[in-house]
Parts: sequence; structure tokens; C-alpha cells
Amino acid sequence: MNIKFYIPVIIFIIMLPIFIVGLSRDKSELPSPLIGKSVPEFTLPSLLDPAKSINQSSLKGKFILLNVWATWCVGCREEHDFLVELSKLNILPIIGLNWRDDRDSALNWLNELGNPYALTIEDKAGRTAINLGVYGAPESFLINPEGIILYKHLGPLTTKIWENRFIPLMGQTR
Amino acid sequence: MKKLLIMLIILFSSSVVIAIDKGPVFSDPELQARYENIISEVRCLVCQNQSIKSSNVFLAVDLRNEIKNLLSEGKSDNEIAEFLVDRYGEFVLYRPRFVGANIILWLAPLFFLLIGAMLIFNIVKSRAQLTTDSLTGSD
Repeated sequence: MNIKFYIPVIIFIIMLPIFIVGLSRDKSELPSPLIGKSVPEFTLPSLLDPAKSINQSSLKGKFILLNVWATWCVGCREEHDFLVELSKLNILPIIGLNWRDDRDSALNWLNELGNPYALTIEDKAGRTAINLGVYGAPESFLINPEGIILYKHLGPLTTKIWENRFIPLMGQTR
Repeated sequence: MKKLLIMLIILFSSSVVIAIDKGPVFSDPELQARYENIISEVRCLVCQNQSIKSSNVFLAVDLRNEIKNLLSEGKSDNEIAEFLVDRYGEFVLYRPRFVGANIILWLAPLFFLLIGAMLIFNIVKSRAQLTTDSLTGSD
């Protein structure tokens, strides 16, 4: 048999995995270039106590889950019950970043649905969100005690994602 | 006919809406040109396949503001591209930069063109060989 006959077959076999990977990837989810980097510098007020100012060094010392949320965000409502449950387990403090929101609506939300956050930072101008590379709430960052971002999840958190993606990363470095 | 006319009017007037900033942002025409050039090259990540120039999602508005500030601070176009890539990754730029893995992207067409040229050259050569062979054979 002529070797030329096999050339299309070989090309097909090379292309197949490329297409499978390319087509099954979720294009809306992008890898964050911030993974492995420090939390960007910021100085922002606390949502509950606007007189209090918070900066990146307030987040150091233990593992934290930084959750970007807003009352206009549908996915945030979806994941809220999970966050409340998670906060009850006392595994790590959950820090909220209230993104481009109205303060009163945000406070109402926390009163009505429960407040899972040890601390909520108010980013009204959205500049810290840009520095964090946020483009779609909800987004959740796992940050280690040294203030390094270990992982970012885009979209509502669930028990499954929490156990499969976040828990293993905390075990490694602890 | 009337419906068609209305549809056509809507179709062609919609392009006017694309200009989002009300009037120029910079008084310096050179800065304004750079600003417009940059924002048309940055992908709006919320509404992928739109640039932040043509989107009014608030993230696009925020990013335009950020770029405006960086330009006023005297940052170069490259520095601004870097600022965006550091936060959102290479995907944020419509025109991939000639660095890292992007080089493959830039050079791949050239590579395939070369392979194609080599294939054509070989086929033409072997066919020419074939004709001369058969000619000398029948002689």
C-alpha cells in the first residue's frame, strides 16, 4: 500500500485531540494570570462600617476565600446559601468584595439572606475588581496566609467545586 | 415594502449608536487617537466579541476610564497593554502580541505556507520527471 494513502489518516489523528480539547473547553472561563501572585494593593472601606478602612495586608495570616459579589448579580444569589453554610463550618473566613453596588441594597441583601462574610469590602468604583482581573461576578479567590492567590473560580460556588478544587489546595500548603 | 424600508433604516442607523463616549475624552487630538485605537483593540470580557469601545457594560466603562487615566499619566501603549494582560490575560487583546506562546500563533501560517509550497514543488517535480521518463521510454 502506498504511504500517501495514510497521510490524511495521520493528519486526522493529530487534529482529533486538538479539536476535542478546543471544542469542549468553556470559552467564557479564562485562566487568571493572577494565580501565584500577591493580592493587589488596595485601600477600601468596610461595607458594614464605612469609617473603617481595609487594605491588602488585613487579609494576610490565614487562608481566606475572597468572594466578589453584588446584588445585581444573579449567580451571587444562587451561591449565597452555600456561602452561608460554608461560613458555619468555620474552615476559613470568607471575605466579601461588594463590587459596583449600591450600599443600601447590599446591606438589605445581607440582612435578608444572612451574612456569611467575616468582612465585606466595598469596591464602589470597581478599581480593585479590575486589579483582581474580575470580569463576571460571582468570582471566588482562594488566598493563602502569605497573601498569594492560589485559585480563582468563576461562577457560583457549589459544594462539589469547593471540595474538588479548593479543599485540596489548602491541604498542600498547610 | 414599507416594512423593509423601516428595517433598512433601523439597520443602518444602529451603527451610529456604537460611538459611546459623548464627544472626545481628550482635548489633545493625538492622545484621543491613541485612546480610540487602544479601546478598539481591547476585548470586552463580559460581552466577548465586542471591544470595550463598542460596549456599555459597566466593566467596559470602568476599563475605558482606567485606560484614560493611564494615558493621562503618560503611559505608553505597550505599558497599557501590559497592564491589561497582567490582569485579564492575553485573551483581552484582540491583536496577540509577539511574545511567548503567541509566536506560534504568528508563525503558524508561514509554516503551513512553506509546507504547502514544498508539497506543490515536489508534486510538480515528480510529474515533470514522469513526462520526461515516459517520453524517453517511448523513444
